Formats: sequence, structure tokens, C-alpha cells
Amino acid sequence: MSAYRRHTGSFRSAILALALLAASGSSARAELTIDITRGNIEPMPIAITRLVGEGDEGRLGQEIARVVSADLQRSGLFRPIDQRAFIQKPEAMKVRPRFGDWRQINAQALVNGLIEREADGRVKVTFRLWDVFAERQLTGFIYRSVRTSWRRIAHKIADDIYKRITGELGYFDTRIVYIAESGPADRRVKRLAIMDQDGANHAFLTNGRDLVLTPRFSPTAQEITYLSYFHDQPRVYILNIDTGQQEVVGDFPNMTFAPRFSPDGNRVIMSLATDGNSDLYTMDLRTREFRRLTENPAIDTSPSYSPDGGQIAFNSDRGGSQQIYVMDADSKKVRRISFGAGRYATPVWSPRGDLIAFTKMHKGQFYIGVMDPDGKRERLLTSGFLVEGPTWAPNGRVLLFFRQSPGVGSEEGETRLYSIDLTGYNERLMVTPIDASDPAWSPLIP
Amino acid sequence: MRTKFVIFFAALFLVAACETVPEETASTAGAGAAAETTTSAGVSGEAVSTEPSSTEVSTAMPAGPTPGTQEDLVVNVGDRIFFDFDKAVIMAAAEKTLKRQAAWLKQYGGVTVTVEGHCDERGTREYNLALGERRANAVKNYLVALGVDAGRIATISYGKERPEALGHNEAAWSQNRRGVTAVN
Repeated sequence: MSAYRRHTGSFRSAILALALLAASGSSARAELTIDITRGNIEPMPIAITRLVGEGDEGRLGQEIARVVSADLQRSGLFRPIDQRAFIQKPEAMKVRPRFGDWRQINAQALVNGLIEREADGRVKVTFRLWDVFAERQLTGFIYRSVRTSWRRIAHKIADDIYKRITGELGYFDTRIVYIAESGPADRRVKRLAIMDQDGANHAFLTNGRDLVLTPRFSPTAQEITYLSYFHDQPRVYILNIDTGQQEVVGDFPNMTFAPRFSPDGNRVIMSLATDGNSDLYTMDLRTREFRRLTENPAIDTSPSYSPDGGQIAFNSDRGGSQQIYVMDADSKKVRRISFGAGRYATPVWSPRGDLIAFTKMHKGQFYIGVMDPDGKRERLLTSGFLVEGPTWAPNGRVLLFFRQSPGVGSEEGETRLYSIDLTGYNERLMVTPIDASDPAWSPLIP
Repeated sequence: MRTKFVIFFAALFLVAACETVPEETASTAGAGAAAETTTSAGVSGEAVSTEPSSTEVSTAMPAGPTPGTQEDLVVNVGDRIFFDFDKAVIMAAAEKTLKRQAAWLKQYGGVTVTVEGHCDERGTREYNLALGERRANAVKNYLVALGVDAGRIATISYGKERPEALGHNEAAWSQNRRGVTAVN
């Protein structure tokens, strides 16, 4: 079954669409789309030609096409066609593609473009997305940047294509911050690391001397909040990615942990332990005002704001076992929302506001799932010996989490990042240089 | 610290070999009080206080742990207690260890300690940080209730970040759900 289709009819397959369009002789109302709300869809065949340019620019044009193809392929929604199958040369498309040539290789969508060097040394990229059957341009943009930022141009093009075809915002021009792990489990070295969403431009942000955990991106600034055991004192820190400057959040005698930014980026919400009891607090980063949100002898941790800032999902064992609760940010009224079998943890509000992702533990298995903010319609997306720590792509359609395998015999298992569609399909390993945990997805880079 | 432990335990095994200390006692001392969960009896390091049976052996014997040190605590008192899954309640077996720890801390009044709270890997990271904090404080509170000055006891939670046993089964997890008293 295919989920890409044209809005003119209820037909579901490309071939049917082709037949019908040919029969009607009209394509004016046809709209090339993918309905990504459905699972297990057949990827849309798309031809992505190298961007045409002179010399070095031409070579860069091929690299950009390769990155765009890889982005779209990983989404599971597109099937880039091998360039060797192309009939029409990219150079010959400067005016208009010869659509028959692309229909012949079953391309539904076609991407072509130009890359030029500007007088100031920057590159200028023009790209167009075409509906092969309707024979018309769907979208097109011009991007200029310094040459070294060519990957961002590629990701932006992939985002444009994704948005035009699916109707949803893209998520390719983003970064992932996570914890890179190495060494034996009892002396594990953990470092803050960052990379583009496709694994490129990987960098370690800390040197591994201090244990670091649970990083989260600021929604508004190039900052990360995380937990560091600097001087054997577990405290919440903020790291400026550009300057490398680290700053402890507040000055507390006890452990602070589980930090997240508020949606406006002005506050950090986190747990503070006092005499062994963890409660939730917020710290206003401008006024340094510290505000207590929970006052309960139970564990209160793993807070996550709703996108409008009005509610806070969090993890608590106040009812006797680990469950998910939602607090109204103003009234501080709390209600439990997880009622299924097992223990629930790590609630993370979707950027769209419509779902809460979580980790669930039941009968020795761990699960990643989603539920409505009222706790209804729980769906489990994946499971394993240990899966934990979901984080949302900025469009709320894809999740990242980490999966730890127990290993076989004396062989230690691996801990790796995986992405999965909201539908539960398209689970994919995210390649990292070494073991990886605690991923956090950035917002779309402005 | 780790190197010192290794050297010390190596010496201990030497003594055990010379002296034919009953095997289970030797292994108990060697693992600190780690055998506690498996035997459910309060145990630890009686072996070392055993007098050597001959002068010949005693000349070969190391001096033994310096009183008031971490080694002394591990061998003669027991540096750790264990918890049930997702619990921070001090169990009966642990009470015996903590009573010895309290007496030891009173004996060496200049010693300050940090109680580490640890968890097994069968929980989520942040919840386990909170649980480890709860466990560390349960140990601290118990010692304080027995008369140890609270100012001498710091706490730290490592959650599931520093397992002692590396297996992925209940035998390992029961060793990792622990409160460890470490001399500063």
C-alpha cells in the first residue's frame, strides 16, 4: 500500500495515479503529497540530480545532492532513484525538465538546480522541486552561504522538499546533542557530544574527566543544559556551544539534576534534592529567581513543559510507583495521567503539543511509547532490554532514543541511538563514533 | 585508592593461604560486605582480626589496615549495605553493618565520610539519580540516629552510573542497589 497520492482522487498507487492522470489528460488539480500520519508507507520515488556548476562548484553540487538524498532516504518516506538510471543530463534541464524522461524511470518527484560561486566567494544554490506527472514546479528556493556551510544548504533543501510533499515542517537542518560513552561500565567515561542530525560535523564538547548526563537544547539559544559531576558535585550546568563557556545554574548545597529549558528559553526547570527528597523547581535565568513547584515526600523528576508553557509533565512515585503526572503551571494542580500496567518515566512533551512520549518498564522489558496529554490512547513504538530517553524531532513526527543491549556472555553490549517514526515504523540506527545515550534533538536551526 | 585495595587484598590472600583461614571467611573479607545479600546475615571481615597462629606467619603478615582508613572500614566494619528493588528502606541485615559503621565513626571522630547511593540498571537515569539520593540519605539518617554528627556525613547519588557488578541479571543488580560509605 502506498500513502503518497494525489488529492484529485482516492487512488493510492503511483501507477494508478499515472494511469488516471493520463486518462484525464489534466493535471492542474493534482497534488503530489505523502500522508505521513499513516504507518508503513511505500517510499515515494524521487530523482535528485546533482546541482550543475563549474569545476569545484560542480563537485560540491554533487555532494549537496548526495546529502539531500541521504536525508530524504532516512526519513523512510522517499526513495531516491540511482543517478545512473537518469536519462536526461542535469545540464540539459536549465530551462525545463523533459518530464517524459523522468516518468520513464518512475520518478514521481524531481529535484534539480544550479550552484554558482559569487564574487565574495560564497556559494549560491538554486534548486527546484518538480511534480513529474503534473509537469509543474512545486517549490524552489535560492540559498547563499559561505562554502563551508554547504551541508546546511543541503539540509535546508531536504527540509523544503519534505515540507512541500508532506505538509509538515522538516527536521533535517538540526543537530543532536548526546552523551558519548566509552570504557567499562563501572568506570564509564561519558562526554557531551554534538553532531548534525545526519551524524556529520561530530564534536566532543567535554573531555570526559567529569561524568556528564542528560543534555537538553535551549529552544532559543546555542546553549545546552545538562548534569555534570564537576568536583564530585552533581549540579545542573549551562554550556554555550559557541564559546564553550560553562556555568552552574544556581548555587545549591545539594544535587540538582534533570534540567530542561522552558519553551521561551528563559527558565530552567529541574529537580533539587533536599535531605534525599527530590522536588521540582524553576530558575529564571535572567532574574535568578528560584521557585519551588512541588512539595512532596516522593521523588519528583524528569519535568517537561508543554510547548505553550502552561503545563508540566513529570515523573513521580507519589502514588507508590513511578508514574507520569501533569501539573498546571499556574495553579500547580497535579493529576496522574499514566494508568497502564508497569512503571512510567521520562515524559517528553511533543513540540506539536499533541502527545507525550515516555519510557515504560513492565515485566523486565523497557518500552518507548506515546500517549495523549490526558493519558489516553497509549501506543508503544518499540521495546527492548533497555530503551530509554525519547526526544522529539522539532516537527513532532520522529523520535530519537537510546537502546542498550545486555551483551552476550562476558561480551558487553552496545548502547546506541535510534530514530523511529511516530507511527512505530522506520526504526534506524543513528551512527555515532562510539556508544551513545541521552540524545536530545535541537530545534530547527534558525 | 583502587591500587591500594588491590595490594591490600593480594596481601590478604597471602595470609589466607599461609594460615588456612576458612575459605568463606576469606572471601567475605575479600568482597567487603558484598556477601550480605546472598547470606542475608550481617557479615564482614572477621577474618583479618584473627590472630596469626605462629610467629613465622606473623612476620610474613602485612601490618593490616591502618585504623580509621577506608581499608579498615571495608575489612573490619563493612563499607556497604544493599537495598531492595526501587526501595530505600534499611533492611535488617543492613542495620547490623550500619551499627558497626556508627561505632567505628565514633571511634575515629576525625574521620568524615561520603555516603554514595547507587541503583541497578533497571530504572531510568533521572529517577535513579533521585533514588540513589534517597538511599544515600537513608544511610546517613540511620548513622545520625545512632549518634554520628550529621556534619561528618556527606551524600552523593550516582544513580545507575557506577555499577559494582557488571552482569545483567538479578545477582548483579542486587549488588548494585547499594549504599557505600567512603572515607573522605
